[in-house]
Amino acid sequence: MPLSAPDYQFLKNLVYKDSAIVLGDDHAYLLEARLGPLAQLEGVADVTALVRVLQKAADPALRRRVVETMTTNETSFFRDIQPFEVLKNTILPELVKKRATERSLRIWSGAASTGQEACSLAMTLLEHQRDVALGWDVQILGTDLSSRVVERAKSGLYSQLEVNRGLPAPMLMKHFTRSGVQWQTSSAVQRLVQYRVMNLAAAWPLMPQFDIIFLRNVLIYFDMDTRRAIFTRLRNCLRKDGVLFIGGAESIREADDAFECVRAGSTHYYRHKTQPTAGIG
Amino acid sequence: MLALVVDDSRAMRSIIKNIIKTEGFTFVEAGHGLEALAVLETGEVPDLALVDWNMPEMNGLEFVQAVRANERFNTMKILMVTTETEFEYMSRALEAGANEYLMKPFDRAALRGKLEMIGLIAPTEIQDNE
Repeated sequence: MPLSAPDYQFLKNLVYKDSAIVLGDDHAYLLEARLGPLAQLEGVADVTALVRVLQKAADPALRRRVVETMTTNETSFFRDIQPFEVLKNTILPELVKKRATERSLRIWSGAASTGQEACSLAMTLLEHQRDVALGWDVQILGTDLSSRVVERAKSGLYSQLEVNRGLPAPMLMKHFTRSGVQWQTSSAVQRLVQYRVMNLAAAWPLMPQFDIIFLRNVLIYFDMDTRRAIFTRLRNCLRKDGVLFIGGAESIREADDAFECVRAGSTHYYRHKTQPTAGIG
Repeated sequence: MLALVVDDSRAMRSIIKNIIKTEGFTFVEAGHGLEALAVLETGEVPDLALVDWNMPEMNGLEFVQAVRANERFNTMKILMVTTETEFEYMSRALEAGANEYLMKPFDRAALRGKLEMIGLIAPTEIQDNE
């Protein structure tokens, strides 16, 4: 049975309340496509029946499964390659000079999904700043709303379809080993990355000061107030000369004027407005 | 841009052609390495060769070695597209002069990504909910 307007509204409200993700009026198809398999798993006929179950009794675990199912996990290694090129060519060499005394780097992949972005950051360091990656105190934190995808990220295991997407063959050979029909990230990559569940729209745990933040293709799902709250927190956990990457199609000027945009080739990143002009970039 | 699709499976050639067609490629094709060399001898030098490994007459590795021994084809990029998934095969293909390596089965995004890596098409941002 097609989803009625009130049932769609119910699910839309549920997803918003638990994750601050805003589903547009044209997302009914997406919701049905994604929740259909979940309805089957839950042993009910369709998404409408799933709504009835949700309405009948409070079931936090089922609510979480609904929200996690609606979380977009589209990702690939070196997704939209340009930010990684800018990191390699400009940002990392500058940062490494600046941090030569403290010998520490903190990097955050804030919508990590199954970990391809965090692993790509680790591989970028291992390929182009090997001494730093192996000798400094480097931590790449990957966080995601979904405990399911965080568990997958922690496993460091990827399917053939996943390693086919975006990962150059020499990198596959260097940073992965075969594990049956899957590929396992190398111990060097695993040492650099760690993962944790985190809801960007809820209260944040105590976060370190990051040198680099990747928060790409997630802000578009939040409304203006949520974005504004997120940027206030970002401002507090990005080091004064740190850099922030958001998705190429996302703009934060509307949400916060605390950052300035730096064009870098065909991509861009953000940094604190107050930093000296001789800073990175 | 012109692509040479070398695979002994007509179905696989068709899949590859359908994908690269949408990226603006025209194509010529061959069912094995020897046939592919004959195609190269008679026509213009393609921008790209997509090459299977296991084929009759001349396999993909032998084809890559033959092509890389001929300066006329220096500009042609080579992408191995094969069911061989062992690192040893990847190493041999890359050492022989293949530019990249794609394992079957693959999807459109994976093939597209490989074409980006070898500089034949411009990177585009993957949009969520595609």
